[in-house]
Amino acid sequence: MVSLSEFLIVAALLFGIGIAGILINRKNIIVVLMSIELILLAVNTNFIAFSYFLNNLAGQVFVFFILTIAAAEAAIGLAIMVVLFRKRGTLEVQELDLLKG
Amino acid sequence: MDNYLLSIALTIMLLPLAGSVVAGLLGKQIGRAATHCVTILLVGISFLLSCYVFKKIVLEGYPTVQGVVYQWVSSGTFKFDVGLLVDRLSATLIFIVTFVSLMVHIYTIGYMADDPGYQRFFSYVSLFTFAMLTLVLANNFLLLFFGWEGVGLVSYLLIGFWFNRESAVFGSLKAFLVNRVGDVAFVLAIAAIVMIFGQLDYHYVFTHVNLVLDKTIKIFPTVTPPAISVVCVLLFIGAMAKSAQVPLHVWLPESMEGPTPISALIHAATMVTAGIYMVARMSPLFEYSTATLSFILVIGSITCFFMGILAVFHHDIKRVIAYSTLSQLGYMTVALGASAYDAAIFHLVTHAFFKALLFLAAGSVIIALHHEQDMRKMGGLARVMPITYLTFVIGALALAAIPPFAGFYSKDAIIEAVHLSTIPGAKFAYACVLAGAFITPLYIFRALFLTFHGDMRLDAETKKHVHESRWVVLIPLIALAVPSIFAGGMLVGPMLFMKPRLLGDSIFVLPAHDVLSQLAVHFHGAKNMALEAGQSLPLWLAFMGIVVAWIFNLYKPSLAEKLKKQFALLYSIMVQKYGFDDFNQLVFVHGTRRLGTFFYKISDLILIDGIFVNGSGRLIQWFARVSRHLQSGYIYHYALVMIGGLLIFLGWLLLGS
Repeated sequence: MVSLSEFLIVAALLFGIGIAGILINRKNIIVVLMSIELILLAVNTNFIAFSYFLNNLAGQVFVFFILTIAAAEAAIGLAIMVVLFRKRGTLEVQELDLLKG
Repeated sequence: MDNYLLSIALTIMLLPLAGSVVAGLLGKQIGRAATHCVTILLVGISFLLSCYVFKKIVLEGYPTVQGVVYQWVSSGTFKFDVGLLVDRLSATLIFIVTFVSLMVHIYTIGYMADDPGYQRFFSYVSLFTFAMLTLVLANNFLLLFFGWEGVGLVSYLLIGFWFNRESAVFGSLKAFLVNRVGDVAFVLAIAAIVMIFGQLDYHYVFTHVNLVLDKTIKIFPTVTPPAISVVCVLLFIGAMAKSAQVPLHVWLPESMEGPTPISALIHAATMVTAGIYMVARMSPLFEYSTATLSFILVIGSITCFFMGILAVFHHDIKRVIAYSTLSQLGYMTVALGASAYDAAIFHLVTHAFFKALLFLAAGSVIIALHHEQDMRKMGGLARVMPITYLTFVIGALALAAIPPFAGFYSKDAIIEAVHLSTIPGAKFAYACVLAGAFITPLYIFRALFLTFHGDMRLDAETKKHVHESRWVVLIPLIALAVPSIFAGGMLVGPMLFMKPRLLGDSIFVLPAHDVLSQLAVHFHGAKNMALEAGQSLPLWLAFMGIVVAWIFNLYKPSLAEKLKKQFALLYSIMVQKYGFDDFNQLVFVHGTRRLGTFFYKISDLILIDGIFVNGSGRLIQWFARVSRHLQSGYIYHYALVMIGGLLIFLGWLLLGS
């Protein structure tokens, strides 16, 4: 039987990989988007694990909401990226510094 | 206003104001002739009404009238009213003021005939008359101050009447600034009176003096002079500026840049005597402060003697008369200091006549010579201008205190009163007024000889045109010459020696100071006073002065040159006017400007501009320059900060609590 702590470790690893993806990635902004998805999945994993071990379905219900939101967010994010590419001809993170003071 | 005399007084006061408004606002529309007709008519009515008031109050002994016309300010327990006081003193003064003002109005028609500012001039002179009457008729300190400032303002406007002349603008500014010095003291005095008495009404203040005699004012922790002395000294400093006493006299000679009619009206007959009037009016206060009386005595005697000497060394005919005015104001001040208030007012009255006469006669000469004022370019005018000459001689004799002319009675009374006075400083003052009695005829007869006698030193062009002035100029001269001869003899008895005196209870004198009553014992009528003059020193001093003036200017002018070389140092001191002007210029004008530049550089440029205004701007710029590096624009930097912040808060939440 897999214990709760093992689930949590996997989730934490996923979360860490997601964060690292955002911070370390210097290339493509799509990678940032994927990292965010990864973070969300880590959270989902936590929710499901706790839901299962605590016998409370609310956690699993929440996961559905998060998945929905994540799908919508990915759609919007990709759409923005298409427009961004059309406008600037690149998706490199290091080139996107319009907010520089 | 339950009393008809009060209404008349108000009318007397407001008529010149109406004239001024008409001349000032409508002068261009109604033209020159209409302007002078209106103003002269209104001042003339004012004069006639003043005569009526004078007759009622002074001659028929109608009781003092006072009342409120209008409530000016009412704040808490303080009430400041526009109230009039018609008593013997103010009735006498309004008579003099309106008379001289009327004469000057008429004279102006001739003097200013070809001046483009004709209407403006009439407007100013009428406005001055209004302000002076307000000053005299006020029944409280605040209204007195209103009139006081009013005459100061018009004096400023009139000295600078020819505003495109640099010297006139300089002179007017000087007069204005020097008068502000006195005004500061005056305002402080009024504030002190409010503090001590709680009211500004003359009647209230004068009747409650006894209750405040032991009050003191703390100036410094260890200096606590009597309150009454503080008030009196401050009031007198105000009077010093207005009545041109040393060291605040410097503006009066400069004021001669104005047209001659106003020199006669403002700077000889009326405004400069406002200080004398004020001190006489406040006699119930001054009587209780012997220290102030002593101060007044010393200041007056210094002015009287030392300013008289300066008149001998000037060549501008108007300046000579201006220094003479200073000296005569010194005489009045000395009389005030000796508690002979009636004598001061008496001299004020006679001086108003003969000094206005001298100024107007000098003005008559000046227009005849096309605005030439230098006496070295005159001479021998007696033949061409006989009436001007005659009136000038009358004025000079009156000024020189030769009996039976007006000046003799008033000046002799002052000299005798100072002789009897026991106030500290009286000995010094007596020496000064005696010396003044010698100096006065010396300078005025010097002016007379230089102007009207000897060779004609005019240039050929003017010589052809010079002629006697028009009748509008001569009528005021004659009208002023008459009282210059007779006023003294007529008034000396009633004003100084009879009981009750002409000014009656307007003047308050403590029995211990009452020198005039001591003098009255020796008085046996004006005629005898004139006849007995030969036994006293002043008359011989006066004759000596005339003889010396004759020797130096007509008999042997070369003697003067010789003396000038012998005493070169003394001569240069006199020409420099004792250095008062240079001192003021150096210390006050340049000193103030340097101080201003210093503060401009330190506080304006460095502190305010440098540190506060530009400094705060620079600080913000610097902060922005540094902090803009935080905004790299890279998403991963923002994400890092977010996650870092989140970790910190999380750590705080878990570990902190």
